[in-house]
Parts: sequence; C-alpha cells; structure tokens
Amino acid sequence: MDILLQQVEYRYQANTPFERLAIKDVSIDIPSGTFLAIIGHTGSGKSTILQHLNALLKPTAGKVIIGDKEITSEKKQKNLKDVRQKVGIVFQFPEHQLFEETVERDICFGPMNFGISEDEAKRRARIAIRQVGLSEDILAKSPFDLSGGQMRRVAIAGVLAMEPDVIVLDEPTAGLDPRGRKEIMEMFHALHQERKLSTVLVTHSMEDASRYADQIVIMHHGEVYKKGTPEEIFSSPEGLMELGLDVPEVVRFQQKIEKAFQMNFPKTCLSVEQLTEEIAALVKRGEQR
Amino acid sequence: MMDKMIFGRYVPAQSIIHRLDPRSKLLMIFLFVCIVFIANNPATYALLVVYTFLMVSLSKVPFRFIIAGLKPVLWLVLFTMLLHLFLTKEGEIIFQAGWFKIYEEGLRQGIFISMRFFLLILMTSILTLTTTPIEITDGLESLLHPLNKVKFPVHELALMMSISLRFIPTLMQETDKIMKAQTARGVDFTSGPIKERMKAIIPLLIPLFVSSFKRAEELATAMEARGYRGGEGRTKYRQLSWGFKDTFMLLLLVLLALLLFLLRT
Repeated sequence: MDILLQQVEYRYQANTPFERLAIKDVSIDIPSGTFLAIIGHTGSGKSTILQHLNALLKPTAGKVIIGDKEITSEKKQKNLKDVRQKVGIVFQFPEHQLFEETVERDICFGPMNFGISEDEAKRRARIAIRQVGLSEDILAKSPFDLSGGQMRRVAIAGVLAMEPDVIVLDEPTAGLDPRGRKEIMEMFHALHQERKLSTVLVTHSMEDASRYADQIVIMHHGEVYKKGTPEEIFSSPEGLMELGLDVPEVVRFQQKIEKAFQMNFPKTCLSVEQLTEEIAALVKRGEQR
Repeated sequence: MMDKMIFGRYVPAQSIIHRLDPRSKLLMIFLFVCIVFIANNPATYALLVVYTFLMVSLSKVPFRFIIAGLKPVLWLVLFTMLLHLFLTKEGEIIFQAGWFKIYEEGLRQGIFISMRFFLLILMTSILTLTTTPIEITDGLESLLHPLNKVKFPVHELALMMSISLRFIPTLMQETDKIMKAQTARGVDFTSGPIKERMKAIIPLLIPLFVSSFKRAEELATAMEARGYRGGEGRTKYRQLSWGFKDTFMLLLLVLLALLLFLLRT
C-alpha cells in the first residue's frame, strides 16, 4: 500500500494563543515495500509526520493519501479502521500501552478490534511472540510481571499481530541495551525483506538509518531538509554536521582517512564491511606498485 | 482534543492582573464570590458585569479565547437559565402558547442566576489564566499560614496541591498518547454504541493508573534523594510581595461591594 504526503502542514492547537506550527510543506512519497527512515532533532516534526500516516492527525493544510483514502482538513473521515489496520504504529515506549491480564490477551487485543476471530488472533499471537524473540510460555504471564525489554517486545508483537501492510516505528529501540536494540532492528529488517512490509522508522540513530533504510528523509524545524538514498545523504555529510546531526561512524572514519591521505574513495561507504573492502583494495594496489 | 480546555491553564502575558500578588488575587476571588450574591436588581448586576469585564480587559487575555474555552460551561449556564425560565411560576405571565407559559419572575430569575453563574466562572478563569499554579499554591500556603497554630498541615496541603497541579499537563499528555496508541490498535473512542465506548475506557485507564503510580514512586524517591523533610525550616525561592497595586485593587473591590449594598433593593 502506497502512502503519499502532499504539502502537508500541521498546527497544534490551531486558533488559540498556544498555536504552534509543527510541520509545513512536507511532501514524502512512500511506495509499497520501501524502508524509509525519518531523522531529525527533537521537535523537528518527526513524530507529527508519523501520526499522519494512519490518520491519527488530520493535516491542517495539504493532503495525505493512504492507499485509496484521501485525508484532508475539510473532509470528515468515517471508517478509518481500515486504514488503522493496514498501517500499524509502534509508538515510542510502546510498553506503556499494555493493559490486559495476560500477554496473550494483550497481543490479541489489536487483531480482535479489527474483527479477527479469537482462534485466529491466538494463532497470530503465537507467531508474533516468536517473531519478537520471546518464548510461547510468556503468553500466559501478566505483562506487568515482565522486564522492560520483554514488555517492549510484547507491545511490538501486539502491533505485528494486526498483520499490517505498513509498519511505522517511532524510536522502537529507545532505552534498550545494545543487544536488544540490534535484535529488534534486525527483526524489523528481516520482516521488511521477507514480507516486503513497508517500514517507516523514526530515529535519532544515523547508524540504524544508514544500515537499514533505502530512503532517508532529514527533518529540520518542521520542514524536509533533504531526502534521498543513504548514499546520497551521506556523500555530503557537511550539511548534516552543520545542523548538528550525527553522521555514521563509518562515514566519519572514511572522511578522516580521506583528509589525512588527501585522497578520495570512489564511493561513500555505509558499513564497516564496505569500507574495509575499499581500504583493502587500496592497500593491495599500493603493494602492487 | 483537549486543545481548547482552559481550566487551570496559564496564559503568559504582561498585564497588571498577571503582576498582582497571588494572595490579593485569591482574596479578591473569595470576596467576589461573596458579593455576587448581594446583587439583586438590574443596576447591581450591571455594576458587576462592568467590573468583571474591566478585569477581563485588564488581564489582556484574548476574550475570544476565554469564550471558546468556556463553551462547555456555557451550555450549563444556558441550561440553568432555561430551568428557571420554565419552572418558576410567579409574577405575571408574559408569554403563553397553549399549556406553555413563561412568567415574569421566571425570566428575571433565569437571567439573574445564569448571569451570576457566568460571572463567577469568568472571574475564576481569570484567576487561573493569569496566575501560575505554583503562585496559587504559594499564595494559599501563605494565606492559610495562621491555621498552623491549630495543627492544620498547611505545608503538606500546599505541597499536595502543587504536585497535583504540576502533573495535570503530564497526565493529559499521557492520556493523549495512550489514546492514540490504542486508537492505532483499533479502539474507537469517539463513535459507536455507549456500551462499546465504555469498554474502550479500560485500555486507557489501566495504563494511566500504572504509569501514575510509577511516577509517584519515582517522585517520592527523587524528593527524598534531594533531602526533602517536610515544611519545617524550609526557605522559599519565590518570595511573595504585596504592593500598592494589590491594596488598590482590593480596595476597588471593597468599593464595589459598598456600592452594591447601596444599590440593592
């Protein structure tokens, strides 16, 4: 399912003394099967964009097209359930939304709201719990007896069990330990590749964005500062650094080498492996001479 | 959804009302609540209205914003008015359509009572719109200080108040966040049959309770870690200062009270 944002503007608390412009003139195109990362500082409008992706917010100007639904400020939308089932959102600290007596019932909550039968929901719960790397016997426990990391995984399983076409992640790994971060990101990446699940990742981590995304949007003060593939974005890292945004370590390392040896590699490397290859090739060429 | 709520909300501005000592504002509100009941004829009500609107304009809070925020209460005011209009059966009949009659006294009562109601709400909103919650609690603590003599826990009360006021916005944000998260999981909070909507409250309330308890515990730990031991010997960072303008405004209100006494019938 394609999602299209066209010149979207959103004002919080419009027509009050507290009115605040959150995003303006945001146009983003998310074709089916994309892995898009949205990067920016706190307050740059990332989370506001995210809430437009399944009509939790209505743009104050411009339009959002989700599949065949068009959402604009004028139209009163009915029956958004369809949209909400197809676009699953994992909010920041999703463990705060757990409420049921058992993990199983919490995971089934989403699917059953969308009219899935109990048996089918339970079947999905078993699949989802394994997807997030937990064992099935956790299903019978109370979500409040779990550790923070486990709660996070259960909450994610609750969204996965809805079997959405698009999954939207708002800093899904915030506050997790390095291993947990990696496991969760790898899991989303695998889902994206196996099921061609469109994925939108809002993150602070340039590392994650460069490693997993095939499109990156950089937000700055509520506007799209830059968009493109990771290679395009990081090939000129100076602009990003001016904004005070981080650049992946690999890119910084490559830059420093290039500066120290006054040379240029043929391309911007985004992973340690790529850069190692480039350096190895260079060293070999040097030896041959 | 709670964008337009104005209860307990502070609108920063530079106005004389903003700069008044919170104690004088609290005393004024208290006095105003009492004298509203003195008014009993058009002249006295007119005087009250003039005074209230003077205060509103002095506060420099956009009037349209106040009205938009008070809309839910205005319905209540209207309801009170209609109740009096239809149920009071005194005086002469001024309108009749079949069995339906409106009496002179009903009209009078309806207008007066709803006016009284409206003015009270307006004045108290002005208080909360121009005074930060912290100022209000500081003011209350200072005003209630004499009660310490009879072993009334003034400081604890003030602390409880400031903590709960402090967490209202946090709780609202949290509510909004969890509502959105559950909406994304297919809960419908705004439409559907009443029974379904009541059930939809559970996935909202439980997470809110859980996080509130957690937060309370964290707050208690943080306060203890910073050496909080209750009000005994505690100094104040924000000093209250009573100035000429406070005395003046209070005297203005006393003058209004005297005028009301003279003009009432």
